[in-house]
Amino acid sequence: MRAARLVLPAAVLLTLAILWELVVWGLDVPKWIVPSPSAIWQAFWEMRALLGIHVAQTMLEVAIGIGIAVAAGVAVAAAINFSPLLQRAIYPLLVISQTVPILALAPLLIIWFGFGIAPKVIVVTLFCFFPIAVNTSDGLTSTEPELIDLFRSMGATWLQIWRKVRLPAALPYFFSGLKIAATYSVTGAIVGEWVGAKQGLGIYMLRSSAAFKTAQVFSAIVITSLLSIALFLAVFALERGMMPWHFDER
Amino acid sequence: MTLLAVDSLSKTFGRSSRRGAQREVEAVVDLTFNIEAGEFLTIIGPSGCGKSTLLRLLAGLEQPDSGQITLQTQPLPDPSDRQGRFGYMPQRDTLLPWRTVLENVILGVELAGGSRETARDEARQLLPLFGLDGFENNWPSTLSGGMRQRAALLRTFLAGYDILLLDEPFGALDALTRRMLQQWLLGVRTRFSKTILFITHDIDEALLLGDRMLVFSPRPGRITADLKIDLPDPRDVNTILEPDFLTLKRNALAHLKL
Repeated sequence: MRAARLVLPAAVLLTLAILWELVVWGLDVPKWIVPSPSAIWQAFWEMRALLGIHVAQTMLEVAIGIGIAVAAGVAVAAAINFSPLLQRAIYPLLVISQTVPILALAPLLIIWFGFGIAPKVIVVTLFCFFPIAVNTSDGLTSTEPELIDLFRSMGATWLQIWRKVRLPAALPYFFSGLKIAATYSVTGAIVGEWVGAKQGLGIYMLRSSAAFKTAQVFSAIVITSLLSIALFLAVFALERGMMPWHFDER
Repeated sequence: MTLLAVDSLSKTFGRSSRRGAQREVEAVVDLTFNIEAGEFLTIIGPSGCGKSTLLRLLAGLEQPDSGQITLQTQPLPDPSDRQGRFGYMPQRDTLLPWRTVLENVILGVELAGGSRETARDEARQLLPLFGLDGFENNWPSTLSGGMRQRAALLRTFLAGYDILLLDEPFGALDALTRRMLQQWLLGVRTRFSKTILFITHDIDEALLLGDRMLVFSPRPGRITADLKIDLPDPRDVNTILEPDFLTLKRNALAHLKL
């Protein structure tokens, strides 16, 4: 069933790639303007060893960035829900903070933190923090009051209410946030690298495009997409593992 | 023996409207009644009459403005005194979706710090009686409405309280399932020495299940009648067709002013 649903979009994609190949070939478009899919594949294959190093660097930034965003996002969400005062003070700022263009912050981060890994990790964290914090916060708020009443009537402590009701009830929301964050994160790392880096997919793209090696740029773009998809699927798998009740029809 | 004594209990809710003005809503007024140990007391009244408020007051989820609640001669003035003393089953389905049936029904023991393994053993023995045999590892979302309510009841029974406060446990079920569960509860009841306070808006249900019935007035809720239900045991679904039952029902309807 699920594999069958992939057949149609895959067929469309394949058709488009073939058309692209034929048009580039037929009109004799120069390779440095629009390379054909086969040229992109060739560029990938030739540079695969070097690409591996860049991908590893980018994914390291992504992993650390998401990790910090998850810790900070969940902590802020819990704090907001713990105190109505904090809720009123912080939640609007959290939403407003989304209007700050993170892209514009990246050069500042270079000034403050140098050309090391730190500014890239911070960009990824900024991209990922918001969806995690807001979704988790919404999840914690949405706990059914009847469940909390039930626990209170059974003499539960607030710690028991958090551990056994509020946190599990917020899990689906947390994972919605994490899925959004995961799709943003690779792009975030690449934006961070564009501003200044020694290694990473972003810098590979910049160098390739400066040298008019357009096929290499395209191959890096495809890899970025694939990494984002892989990350999304990893989060989805984690979600299934942690919330079997959400998926199982036992 | 009087197990629970409720004396002159009143509760008014303050509701602030959009303009900020306080609007007071009297929920229950001057409720006074006792429950004997082992008694099945049903409470009937129109919706919004404060029946649920009474249970929430008893369960320690609300604090009365005046009046006293005494359990086995021990007054319970504060909500925290009452929390953890009654087996409260809210009106809405409250099984935890992330726990299997078995892990749901042992919740009361778990929260009280008891042995989960002992509770699981006890629960497994009772699953057949509650019609949940073979479903212990199911997620609640895979159960029918009737099964979910039986699981919630089992959770309330297992928690080990003397008095159960059941807020329209069969209210959301279809008529046929409700009949089946009433019949089932009549059977189960004799197996446990529980005292039960059972809220319903179904007069047949109130008379069929109860030893005694309190009739509430429309809001604000007052007790307008305290009726003994002298029907022979064992009762079954056909009891509601007998002349004695109909006499009781006529009397009750008169008190409900329907």
